[in-house]
Amino acid sequence: MKDEHVDKNLVTQLDSAFIRKDPYGVVLIIAPWNYPIHLFLVPLIGAIAAGNCVVVKPSEIAKNTERLVAEVLTCYLDSDCFAVVTAGVQETTRLLENKFDYIFFTGSPSVGRIVMTAAAKHLTPVTLELGGKNPCYVSDTCDVQNVARRVAWGRFFNAGQTCIAPDYILCSVEMQDKLMPALREAITEYFGPNPQESPDFARIVGDKQFRRVRALLCSGRVAIGGQTDEKERYIAPTVLADVQPSDPAMQEEIFGPILPIVVVADMDEAIDFINARPRPLAVYAFSCDSKVVNQVLERTSSGSFCGNDTLMQVTLTSLPFGGIGNSGLGKYHGKFTFDTFSQHRGCLHRNMGLEAINSLRYPPYNQQKLGLMTATFEIKRRGMCTLL
Amino acid sequence: MEELRGHQPLGGDAGTAPEDEGGTSGNPYAGLVSRLRAAWLSGRTRPLEYRLAQLEALGRFLEEKKQDILEALDLDMRKPPFEAEFSEVLLCKNELNTTLNNLSCWMKDEQVDKNLATQLDTAFIRRDPYGVVLIIAPCNYPIYLLLVPLIGAIAAGNCVVIRPSETTKNSKRLAVEVLPRYLDKDCIAVVTAGVQETTRLLENKFDYIFFTGSPSVGRIVMTAAAKHLTPVTLELGGKNPCYVSDTCDVQNVARRVAWGRFFNAGQTCIAPDYILCSVEMKDKLVPALREAITTFYGPNPQESPDFARIVGDKQFRRVRALLCSGRVAIGGQTDEKERYIAPTVLVDVQPSDPAMQEEIFGPILLIITVASVEEAIDFINSHERPLVVYVFSSDNKVVNQVLEKTSSGSFCSNDTLMQVTLTSLPFGGIGSSGLGKYHGRFTFDTFTHHRGCLQRGTGLEPINTLRYPPYGPHKTGLVRAATTVKRQGECALL
Repeated sequence: MKDEHVDKNLVTQLDSAFIRKDPYGVVLIIAPWNYPIHLFLVPLIGAIAAGNCVVVKPSEIAKNTERLVAEVLTCYLDSDCFAVVTAGVQETTRLLENKFDYIFFTGSPSVGRIVMTAAAKHLTPVTLELGGKNPCYVSDTCDVQNVARRVAWGRFFNAGQTCIAPDYILCSVEMQDKLMPALREAITEYFGPNPQESPDFARIVGDKQFRRVRALLCSGRVAIGGQTDEKERYIAPTVLADVQPSDPAMQEEIFGPILPIVVVADMDEAIDFINARPRPLAVYAFSCDSKVVNQVLERTSSGSFCGNDTLMQVTLTSLPFGGIGNSGLGKYHGKFTFDTFSQHRGCLHRNMGLEAINSLRYPPYNQQKLGLMTATFEIKRRGMCTLL
Repeated sequence: MEELRGHQPLGGDAGTAPEDEGGTSGNPYAGLVSRLRAAWLSGRTRPLEYRLAQLEALGRFLEEKKQDILEALDLDMRKPPFEAEFSEVLLCKNELNTTLNNLSCWMKDEQVDKNLATQLDTAFIRRDPYGVVLIIAPCNYPIYLLLVPLIGAIAAGNCVVIRPSETTKNSKRLAVEVLPRYLDKDCIAVVTAGVQETTRLLENKFDYIFFTGSPSVGRIVMTAAAKHLTPVTLELGGKNPCYVSDTCDVQNVARRVAWGRFFNAGQTCIAPDYILCSVEMKDKLVPALREAITTFYGPNPQESPDFARIVGDKQFRRVRALLCSGRVAIGGQTDEKERYIAPTVLVDVQPSDPAMQEEIFGPILLIITVASVEEAIDFINSHERPLVVYVFSSDNKVVNQVLEKTSSGSFCSNDTLMQVTLTSLPFGGIGSSGLGKYHGRFTFDTFTHHRGCLQRGTGLEPINTLRYPPYGPHKTGLVRAATTVKRQGECALL
């Protein structure tokens, strides 16, 4: 919260120049259903820390969490300054007609557009944490067992309903052949021979979402899993082989426990594949060769990047978290959340006296004044000699 | 009559007119944007050497074409050469040199703190360019407000489309015909576009849009950006209040406020728009302002070479119409042929007067009387949040009170305009005065995507097994220990 003092020029040497962190005012946080507590609380933490009043709209799809937030949270917070609203699609549209001083939205790109368009009417700044298909390039030089475990963990955690989960693998046909048994082994290790019986594997959040994800199964060839149970909204940890770019599973973010493998010839083809598509929240690259990892990092664009693992980048509160392009705009976590909800106000306190110095800048103008103004205000290119 | 067609190319491909780049989609700029996107994907704009070369070329443009710049601004709005050289050339060079001096440092990966689980990993923030960015510049400082964002966009490694203002025709011609000779045309394009074409231009997908202009057009830009989820910086405007307390040096206040108001004939987004003060202070200020104006511009400012003109006929008529507000205490003369409006002070202005309904953006200073600093603060807070709040007082407590109880893009006490000469202060608006910030390093940051990066080892798998299913209480405890961030000051017996 402290004022941040900044460098001054010659003219302002005796002044006080600093950046004041001001709150925006009344801010709106719209949270999604996949991590319904984390994804409303973490922005709320930053909004409160920055000094704002907050309206929180938890997801109406995660009904029990919604009730918890609406009924219980207000017992802990100052209800004059913090409000929880419950709103479905229609009501959220009405809510967005109001003028907020900041809007923080986590959800899909299509709704992100609607939120930003509504915000534009009031010139309200926004952070949009959206989604996309996070590619996972696996090079031929890697420890297949480790890769399989780390990718499977990232993909099947929360039954795949994680915005930064690896969405699809890009690898050579040889690597696909090696990965498949390793993935099978990892899935069995995690969830047992029948994952439906494992207490450690989640379900799809709702019927509509279940049907959407299930429809993606007819892509490529089911190599592992593929079973579903509509009553439980269960979709087995599934790996699809030989998936084509035109398959259903490659047309949208999967957001479920399905891992497609798309075969590419080499790293260059993988990079081109990634760059031909909307920019994702995360790019993952697995390789023992750090040159390969760095090439993928340098030649692609994404919200975040992680080499040789999945999801772990979000455990660091020191790393900014956010998207780019279709996957979002703005960033948060740690201090970045505070900064998101703060306005950085440039402040200069000058002296009422010392007017003589100022007269240089006043009309009537002349060359001599201009020369002196230049001398006192200019910032020189370093490394250029000046004979003083 | 406003130009609807593009410019006249000076041989070769200086600038781009809509008809040159007809794409199959029917959008006249689609070809240009995809050409730049291809250049972007080639990676050409990313190396430090490339960026420095483009920036240094910009520096040569400012050096070699300084006279042309001053002449263009003189023709466009009779901007006094002193003002042009200071605000459009010098301040711009300062931004350029700040960037050249620091770019390699700004570009570096920023290593960040790690938790226990990631101790052996590399965690850093990578500064990535956005890609193809669009900069739309206004007419009041047509060189500065075009080049300063451009400096940051290039420094950040982007390909850039810049659209200079249509209103300042001579400055526009410089931007379209001369500037491209200095820059890599494959990666930096100058387009001319009136209102209609700008709407078409905005239909294209850009990776960042930087707009300086009015709030109403800002809304249009942001709405267009929303279709592509394009992040934006909007540098807009508003009415910048200037509270003058009873404890101040009236002469100094009058000079500093007059300077800020009448510089560039008032066409400055951060100019003091209206004064709030007590009746007693008003009675002291008016003669002091009269004296300052006479010192600056002589008894007949229309004859002074140091006072600019309004930039266009439409704008002249708009500002002139504001004169029927309150009572003219100083000035009030106009000359339509020259687009001259005298340095004017209006008193007894009511909140319902025309001059209080919109940003003045002209050489008219209003004085509104209030009973106290609290009433001034309430007045300010009942209006849209401005780019700047100004306060004049010898009493620091008063200055701080206004600072703390108001909200604005920036704040300056006991002077006007000076905050923008510091490249270390962020410059931007809040609410209807804008969103985003720039100047100095903030421009670089504006056009940069901060990419969180974690590079882990391929081995050390046993540590990871803590997090894998099957889950158990022993695992939960260890995972928590490895990743928890404790509240400082809490004892932990290990």
